[in-house]
Parts: sequence; C-alpha cells; structure tokens
Amino acid sequence: MMPELGKYAVEVAASYLSSLALIGLLVVLSVRRWRKTRDALAAVEARRRGDG
Amino acid sequence: MASIWEYANPKKFIETSNRFLPWISGAAALSLVVGLVWGFFLTPDAERFGSTVKIIYLHVPSAMMAISAWFMMLVASLIWIIRRHHVSALAARAAAPVGAVMTVIGLITGAIWGQPMWGTWWAWDPRLTSFLILFLFYLGYMALWAAIEDDDTAADLTSILCLVGSVFALLSRYAVNFWNQGLHQGASLSLDKAENVADVFYFPLLVSIAGFVLLFVALVLLRTQTEIRARRMRALLARERMG
Repeated sequence: MMPELGKYAVEVAASYLSSLALIGLLVVLSVRRWRKTRDALAAVEARRRGDG
Repeated sequence: MASIWEYANPKKFIETSNRFLPWISGAAALSLVVGLVWGFFLTPDAERFGSTVKIIYLHVPSAMMAISAWFMMLVASLIWIIRRHHVSALAARAAAPVGAVMTVIGLITGAIWGQPMWGTWWAWDPRLTSFLILFLFYLGYMALWAAIEDDDTAADLTSILCLVGSVFALLSRYAVNFWNQGLHQGASLSLDKAENVADVFYFPLLVSIAGFVLLFVALVLLRTQTEIRARRMRALLARERMG
C-alpha cells in the first residue's frame, strides 16, 4: 500500500531508490570481497602448510 | 577484565568480531527496515515540506554517519600514530568507503530535497560546501591508501590526511552554528525539545539512525577483517617471493 506522496512523489521515490541502491551495493561488494579474501588467504596458508 | 588493547591482536579481533557480527548485522537490518518503513509508510506529511519530510529518514542518518565515520577514522588513526597497532590503521581504512557512501547519500538526498524546497539542487552554503570538501577528503584518503605499496607508510600518511580532514568534518557539523547563514537549516535533532522535530517524525527517525549506526558498525567490522586478511596475504606472498 503506497502512501500518497502528492506533488513530491518523484523526489521522495528518487531519494529512497538511490539511497537503498547505494547501501545495497556497498553491502554486496563488502561481503563479496570478505569472502574472496578469506578463501584466498586460506588457500595460501594451506599451500604453505603443504610446502612446509 | 580484558584490556581493550587485546583486540589489537588481529586473530583476537577476528574471533571476537565474528561472534558479534551476526547479531549486529541482524539488528542493523531490523532497525533499518522498521525505521524506513515506519518513516515512509506510517508518518504524515509535514505542513511546510509536504511528503518531502520522508527524506529526513535517509538524509539525517546518512549525514550524521558521514561525519561520525570520519571521527571514528580519526580516533583509529591517532591510535595508529601513538601505539602503532595495525588493526586500528586497517579499521580506519575499512571505514572510509562506508563513510564515503554515507556522504554521497547525504549529498544526493540533500540535493533532491533542496530542489523543490529551496528552488536549487546546490548552493555554496557553508554546511554544504564543507560537506562536499569532506567527500573529497574521503576520496583522497582512499586514493592515498591505494597508491602506496608499503602498508605502514600508507597508514602514516593517511593518518595525517585524516587529522587535516577532521577540520572539515567538524565544519560540516557546526558550520550552521558558526556562520548562522546559508540555506541549510539547523540540526533536526536537539536535546532541547522545543527545537526538535515533532514526535511523530522523531521516533521513526531515531530508529532509522540506530539502523545506520549498526549498519556502519557491521560493515566496518566485516571490512576490517577483510583488510587484516588482505594484509596477511600480502605479507605471506612477499615472503614466498623472497624465497
């Protein structure tokens, strides 16, 4: 159920859409890099243990 | 009682933050959803601002976090300069992109609100200008970290940049009080009840602010873990290369 935003509907919608998109992108990129780095470090440490 | 400096140990930091991260992330998601849904769907229009009042649930928390993030980076930088704890320098590095995104959200929502209310997207008002300069400091800070190969040198130089940038973080918070001019109005939240926004807007705003604060904490913990691991990986690979 959308609230009645009147003549400022575009401004309000644009604010919410752009902000939520930016927050979503930040969260996704942060989690993706966290996983990638965790796995890459685990691989390097495993290789070193194997070498040692 | 454990000393706070124990968490300067990277392993201890990762272990402890892993314990709290799911709770902080869950609380952040919950308060963001409640605050924004409450603000967007369940609050009335304001007499002077119409439905644009709903933008404050994004604009006020993001602008607050943009400035607070810089002060968190300042504290972490000072700890690095004084005590040389790598985790604190990496926490400052981790916080910068989060603070930068908060600054962009503050700038975008402010411009979108300003167009119908002030009749312009932008004005060279003291608060807006110092906020834009703060954003440029964020970009410079991240670029400096990326440009310098040696982690300790990068931490030293970015810490100094952070000290300098703090002037603009302070200005963007208090410019309205200093100059008492420009388009931007005073703070929406105040300890003085008479100056505060009406209760109907105040409570969802508080929940939304809590959501932004928790989101910031969760992201900084997560990204600090990433920076710690990336630093360790660089060290291991460098050791391998040296034979």
